[in-house]
Amino acid sequence: MRNDRNRSGPRWLAPALLLFGMNAAVAAAPESPKLGRPASPGEIAAQDINVFPDGAGLPPGKGTALEGKAIFDMKCVSCHGPKGMGGSAGELAGGGSLTGPHPDKNVGTYWPYATTLFDFIRRSMPLDAPRSLSEDQVYAVTAYLLHINGIVDERAEMNAGTLPRVVMPNRDGFVQVWPGEKAE
Amino acid sequence: MSDQEAREPGLLQPVAGGGLLDRRLFLKKGLAFGAGAALVGHMRQGLAEEPPWMKTPGEPFTNYGRPSPHEKEAIRWISANSGAPGNGISWTPLHKLEGIVTPNGLHFERHHNGVPQIDPHQHRLLIHGLVENPLSFGIEDLLRYPMVSRLCFVECGGNSNAGWHEEPIQTPVGYFHGLASCSEWTGVPLAVILDEAGLRPDARWLIAEGADAAAMNISIPVEKAMDDAILALYQNGERLRPENGYPLRLILPGWEAVLSVKWLRRLQAANQPVMARNETAKYTELLPSGKARQFTFVMDAKSIITFPSPGQHLRGPGLYRISGLAWSGRGRIKRVDISADGGRSWAEAALQEPVLPQCFTRFRLPWRWDGSPLVLKSRAVDETGYVQPERRALIAERGRHGYFHYNAIVSWAVAADGTVSHVYA
Repeated sequence: MRNDRNRSGPRWLAPALLLFGMNAAVAAAPESPKLGRPASPGEIAAQDINVFPDGAGLPPGKGTALEGKAIFDMKCVSCHGPKGMGGSAGELAGGGSLTGPHPDKNVGTYWPYATTLFDFIRRSMPLDAPRSLSEDQVYAVTAYLLHINGIVDERAEMNAGTLPRVVMPNRDGFVQVWPGEKAE
Repeated sequence: MSDQEAREPGLLQPVAGGGLLDRRLFLKKGLAFGAGAALVGHMRQGLAEEPPWMKTPGEPFTNYGRPSPHEKEAIRWISANSGAPGNGISWTPLHKLEGIVTPNGLHFERHHNGVPQIDPHQHRLLIHGLVENPLSFGIEDLLRYPMVSRLCFVECGGNSNAGWHEEPIQTPVGYFHGLASCSEWTGVPLAVILDEAGLRPDARWLIAEGADAAAMNISIPVEKAMDDAILALYQNGERLRPENGYPLRLILPGWEAVLSVKWLRRLQAANQPVMARNETAKYTELLPSGKARQFTFVMDAKSIITFPSPGQHLRGPGLYRISGLAWSGRGRIKRVDISADGGRSWAEAALQEPVLPQCFTRFRLPWRWDGSPLVLKSRAVDETGYVQPERRALIAERGRHGYFHYNAIVSWAVAADGTVSHVYA
């Protein structure tokens, strides 16, 4: 799939490639017409909604479970059920065990990072009006989901500083298969 | 005795139990049973009236062709949440298709919140994060870039998950294994764009994001992005369909499809995965120990017999053509074995050329069914030597609650009356 003419790549690239730990195919990428236009910091900030486990990407704002309950009961309960249980959508709470014949996978038993709640709720929820919650509302609903799973107190404020420090019960429950199973 | 049988008497002798014949039978000209059937057809037609469609002018031209009205059953079945019709799946009817290419209108779908109707003139791709030059590309820009084409499968990590059920599901094969499709994808090697942006040495992951109402995001290792990832603009020669990512999607050959992000709008280079919902709460596989496998990107080798398969019916003993599909995320399919006696003996199937890496591979084998009940199985082996496991071996290793990445050998029971059902055997 690579351009044969460039298979060996520019000579100056070779040490850089070793440095980057890439395979030789990188150097064989066809030449780019370079039509990308520079993206401004403002343009990036307007689109960047990724939130990482270390808290990178979390916006200013705050919320507690007490505030979050009112929002959840208004906007989330129709699919997720009272206290995140018994709805048409996946179970969000309820405890239980990951072993045995009927494992209970929910936020409290399974999700490894609290930041994932903020990332996902802000970008995707509620299903009928995604991106409609304010940052404070997302913090509050996140706090509520942590609270109904017994992870934070109902008055604990979730913000860019506190949320990444929440240790989820299943934080160490995952075995990373990649890169042990590289395709080639 | 046919001419062929007279020339090569060994070819029509079974090579394994249950009446499996030599795969080379299909490579010879003038198949014994094919030629005979064609002759009978000719004679019947000679006696009949000319059909009405030969006695009147046909339909006029069409701007975009559609399937014959007689093929109304070759459709995707939709399984969506009734409360959220844009959240669900639709299946490729593999039992209605032959060869290796999936027609664009039948490619499987998985949407998290519906199909966005995107104006390509307003859609852009942003690359930022750990890059030297944050860049933004319009679709018109990307259409001017060097392009590659490759045929490869796209398979949902949750495909075939009914295999984990305690009882074998009884449904046509497409609605069991059809969260997999195969297309020719054409677009810009992602490496070209990443070189232009200049990845920094500490960039290890790319966080891809779609422009749908779920803003679906997921983390992709830089190694895969630089190796063979494609920014796809075309599918089977035409621009992407809206439900398959129009105007721009990622294709990561051989990896679970959730990573081939549709409606791609943003790539953030990062030193860590974002740990999105779809790489933590979903697309991870719970093991009996309570631990879960994460970042299980590669789709392991799988094969399924599409004919005969449940819902189809054999009309009495005689010669048949077993046909099926095999694929592996690790590379090319090296061999497909078929058993017609529940796995006691195996015969090697013929593979349709070309056999391409990370691509559907059609296999076929002639079979003389004597009308007795039996169990058909197919077993794929890929070029790395990986052998598709029996169900009991897969379950012994993974338990029954992993949900994703089910790839065990599938068994079809053929009854004396010619009906086909799914069994665990």
